[in-house]
Amino acid sequence: MGRILTFNIFRFNPKDPGSQPGMEKFELEESEAMSLFIALTSIREEQDPSLQFDFCCRAGICGSCAMMINGRPGLACKTLTKDLPSEITLLPLSVFKLIGDLSVDTGIWFRAMNEKVESWIHSSETDDSGKKNKPMGNALMEDIYELERCLECGCCVASCGTADMRKDFVGAAALNRIARFMLDPRDERSADEYFEIIGTDEGIFGCMGLLACEDTCPKKLPLQDQLGILRRKMGWNAVRHLFSRIIPCTKR
Amino acid sequence: MEIIYTDLLCVGAGLAGERVAVEASSAGFKTICLSIVPPRRSHSSAAQGGMQASLGNSVMGEGDSPEIHFMDTVKGSDWGCDQEVARLFAETAPEAVMEMDRWGTPWNRVVAGTSIYFKGGKKFEKTEKKDKEGLITARDFGGTAKWRTCYTSDGTGHTLLYTMDNKVVETGVEVHDRVEAISIIHDGETCSGVAARCLKTGKLRAYLAKATLIATGGYGRIYRETTNAVINDGSGAIMALDTGIVPIGNPEAIQFHPTGIVPTHILVTEGCRGDGGTLLDVDNKRFMNEYEPEKAELASRDVVSRWMIHHIREGHGVKSDYGDHLWLDIRHLGARHIKTKLREVEEICNDFLGIDPITQLIPVRPAQHYTMAGIRTNKDGAVYGLKGLFSAGEAACWDLHGFNRLGGNSLAETIVGGKIVGKKIVEFLRDSDADFSTALVSEFLKKDQERMDRLISCRDGKENVFKVRNAIQNELMDHVGIFRNERDLERAVANLQEIHEAAGKVGLRSNGLGANAELALALKIKGMARLALCVAYAALQRTESRGCHAREDFDARNDRDWLKRTLATWKEGSDLPELDYEPFSKVMEIPPGERGYGSCKIIGCDEDETGE
Repeated sequence: MGRILTFNIFRFNPKDPGSQPGMEKFELEESEAMSLFIALTSIREEQDPSLQFDFCCRAGICGSCAMMINGRPGLACKTLTKDLPSEITLLPLSVFKLIGDLSVDTGIWFRAMNEKVESWIHSSETDDSGKKNKPMGNALMEDIYELERCLECGCCVASCGTADMRKDFVGAAALNRIARFMLDPRDERSADEYFEIIGTDEGIFGCMGLLACEDTCPKKLPLQDQLGILRRKMGWNAVRHLFSRIIPCTKR
Repeated sequence: MEIIYTDLLCVGAGLAGERVAVEASSAGFKTICLSIVPPRRSHSSAAQGGMQASLGNSVMGEGDSPEIHFMDTVKGSDWGCDQEVARLFAETAPEAVMEMDRWGTPWNRVVAGTSIYFKGGKKFEKTEKKDKEGLITARDFGGTAKWRTCYTSDGTGHTLLYTMDNKVVETGVEVHDRVEAISIIHDGETCSGVAARCLKTGKLRAYLAKATLIATGGYGRIYRETTNAVINDGSGAIMALDTGIVPIGNPEAIQFHPTGIVPTHILVTEGCRGDGGTLLDVDNKRFMNEYEPEKAELASRDVVSRWMIHHIREGHGVKSDYGDHLWLDIRHLGARHIKTKLREVEEICNDFLGIDPITQLIPVRPAQHYTMAGIRTNKDGAVYGLKGLFSAGEAACWDLHGFNRLGGNSLAETIVGGKIVGKKIVEFLRDSDADFSTALVSEFLKKDQERMDRLISCRDGKENVFKVRNAIQNELMDHVGIFRNERDLERAVANLQEIHEAAGKVGLRSNGLGANAELALALKIKGMARLALCVAYAALQRTESRGCHAREDFDARNDRDWLKRTLATWKEGSDLPELDYEPFSKVMEIPPGERGYGSCKIIGCDEDETGE
């Protein structure tokens, strides 16, 4: 027989006038290779069908199921109960708007993020069938893919000290996205244009360097490096601007 | 009640829905996508291995052409596809890949020089040409004559979806995420849009559009063991069946993928075998090379899955608490290859199996993976039976795949099909105007509100929706799986008819308020039972073996009697679908013949009833 697990789960359904925010306990016998996906699905189907949470691919690929697992943001589908103590506390992901219980609204947040950083290739070339595509190095493609593996799950945002304090902070996911486009020769934006977007306290200069984002990223993205590189590049850009203001004839 | 108007409404924001949306939005039409999850979480993101297009940049793809891609696709479909569609598709695919490149997909590239590769566990050498350096490369996949599958590591679906959703944001397509369409609003001739339930508030609203596209993906979740995401429960097909007019094409055409991991059925990509991985049995011995001397592990998915189950039945499976399985071996590909080209596979093995695929074997068994079946459309993507209604991607039966889809042709279908259907929808939008009847909209919203109220108040009964769903899944898994026969299928149909009745008596145990998941499932459960009945009943009627549809009691492909596609519709009040048939293809550029893999008992078109 497996351990008896105790789940303390945050409960609140804003659409139910009788619902009050609070914690509720559920017990479940642990089975072999049990993930939080299996556990929560079982609680919903066997014990309380009103329980709200989000799963989609259940394979650590889509980023739907981020939540606070014993105080730490993580993907529930790939968290195995054998790696947790027998008392498990589950809270909705912080920073994001609550939909109900463990379900939060990441869709609206990330759409706004993608709009803010203009997360697309800015190209002066018009779409024109039959045009030859430019050759690019395989190593460069691998470097871009490394950053593009972000799932927009929200763990980096929920674990971020700055994001906790100021609502307008773009978060590591957005900064990583800019870093991805800066690597990509197909995106023709200049350093100044990137600076426009993230060269502020809401952007790269708001980062306090606590780096919980890297610790909690389920895809282990190299966020520490990327934030460092961006800060240097944007810092240099700011200095350059300062100089050109003091000595207007300075040209580069 | 809230009514939202738009030019184009895409139900579903995976790759197919978004590709169509981008086309319409770029042409200046107001476009809204509905999605039950944030769009980047759509199941397209889980496609790993790649997208077929005959660019022929890699030396292993030299001499490739749309012609050969077309032929591979027709053979793969076991002559069940629409050949006009397959040709159009193969010819458009290269440009579609390059378009995604211009939009930002980080495709892997040709690296000039000599490198090693594996096939069937053996090492070979290839030399990539200098003049192709930096162009989009390709890997090997099952059932293809050339290396044709373009890829980004094994996260191709992810990068394509992120690229596409970037384009959606850029072109101003609105995405209403966490909204589930639950019925098609129509007057028997024209589709006016959908009634939808908001999955944040639980409220109903109507979306009215000049054109409506269904791109809701497949219905793998009506099977117990599936690689599919939990959202792939066939909501689009269910809405289509509910019209009583729109047919599901070939509902019996269900693909099993050879390598779902045991026990969670999470997919590991065909790219594992494409890159040289092998399948081993309990004695750590290869077996596919004995069954299929020519293609071995890289025969088509239907063929490999069948041999795997056959091999297990012969007693060569590995025993486990979760049933017998076989092994996938990618150890010889080496750490460097796995850490760059098979990253997701490595993570999945680490996270869900607790094993390291660089040094350990991966436990695998075929699992339901894809529905070639879908909402029947013509080659423009226009749905049979209702004007203004379109469908694309896995949700549709366009019919590119017939009775077996080739790996790498599903991502390709979403993008290539989305591009083609998108253009046709733009033409349609330019030429048409819509008349919306508020009476009709009210009628549909009222009907759906009443459905919800009945479920919440348990007016029709107190059947447990999860138990009914499990019963459907078990029935299909146990009796309508890889091998099929009359006895099992008859039993499945009879049992599913009972389950269908029980589905009509479902009542909620929770209060159904807000984003209630029990209600979401309960609204679909009758439709899921009907869909399952379509699969089982059509499989029972098709007395031949073709592609994924393997009848033990009719083991020959019968081109004399069955060169035709099933069309299933559902009349309200009935407990079985109505089946109709149409020829697979108006044009047969390639007449039916041997596939070059799989057993090839064929009853030819010209043979008379007595045989020979």
